[in-house]
Amino acid sequence: MTAVWTTIGLLALISAGIKATGPVLVGGRDLPGWATGVIELLAPALLAALVLVETFGSDRALVLDARAPGVAAAALAIALRAPLLLTVVLAAAVTAAVRALT
Amino acid sequence: MASSYRDGIRAGLPLLLPTAAIGVSFGVVARSLGWDLGAPIVMSAVVFSGSAQFASTSVLGDGGTVLAAVLAAALVNARFLPMGIAFAPALSGGPVRRAAEGQAVVDASWALANRGGSFDRKLLIGATIPQFVGWFGGTVGGAVAGSAIGDPARLGLDAMFPAFFLALLAGELRESRRAREVAVGAGAIALALTPLLPPGLPIVAAALAAVAGARRR
Repeated sequence: MTAVWTTIGLLALISAGIKATGPVLVGGRDLPGWATGVIELLAPALLAALVLVETFGSDRALVLDARAPGVAAAALAIALRAPLLLTVVLAAAVTAAVRALT
Repeated sequence: MASSYRDGIRAGLPLLLPTAAIGVSFGVVARSLGWDLGAPIVMSAVVFSGSAQFASTSVLGDGGTVLAAVLAAALVNARFLPMGIAFAPALSGGPVRRAAEGQAVVDASWALANRGGSFDRKLLIGATIPQFVGWFGGTVGGAVAGSAIGDPARLGLDAMFPAFFLALLAGELRESRRAREVAVGAGAIALALTPLLPPGLPIVAAALAAVAGARRR
């Protein structure tokens, strides 16, 4: 249990430090022009990576499982401009249905 | 144009249930590894990062050292460094207050509050509130109930996060052609590196697509 509590303590400090670094160092100031250009593109880059890793990633492997049809259904709902809540509920429902059937 | 905390809470509300469900599974997993009742609950309160908590827990569960567990989780959370820098210009007040408000950065809130590279501070902080409530409450429920709860994955709630991020991504992609090119590049990097690198690093590496995209303008 000592290892668990030590991990929790260290991780809390490190996570807080990672999240505090930007706000403490550059908080309230405008970033230089080149950085603004990068940040505008940071959201599409990080979101695309998160979507794919959370759909196909399983630790250190790529897998095709019930999440994929769920997210595909969400993509269809998004293309049809469905509301956000309906989109995410549909993804869960399709994934749950595929899991139940396989 | 600027939002209130209430707008943020409303924006984050669709994530309450899926966050709680993943919190339940974290509580169940931690207890199944023999953790004290309080450990997963305290961890969710002070670390508040699902992917990092699962990463460190699985390293410890596989017999890894504390150093390996902390390092794995720190890598998973490394993306919060560039995300925090991006959020920083929206913050005011002294360094302690800015550091405290920076703790509110989580993926979904950050993406919701993004306005083409500048950030809506109250929307981000507000959107994190339901996610914290869900994460903490879910962990308590999972830790207390333990294995009496079935597998939350049965409900398909793990597909809600990529679906949510996809909806936010679609909004970004409608904006510009460069955003679409960067998204394709970032996705390719993340998929290619997932089998090669520890979890978390492929997502940080994918952020380099934004650097490349900005240089090409």
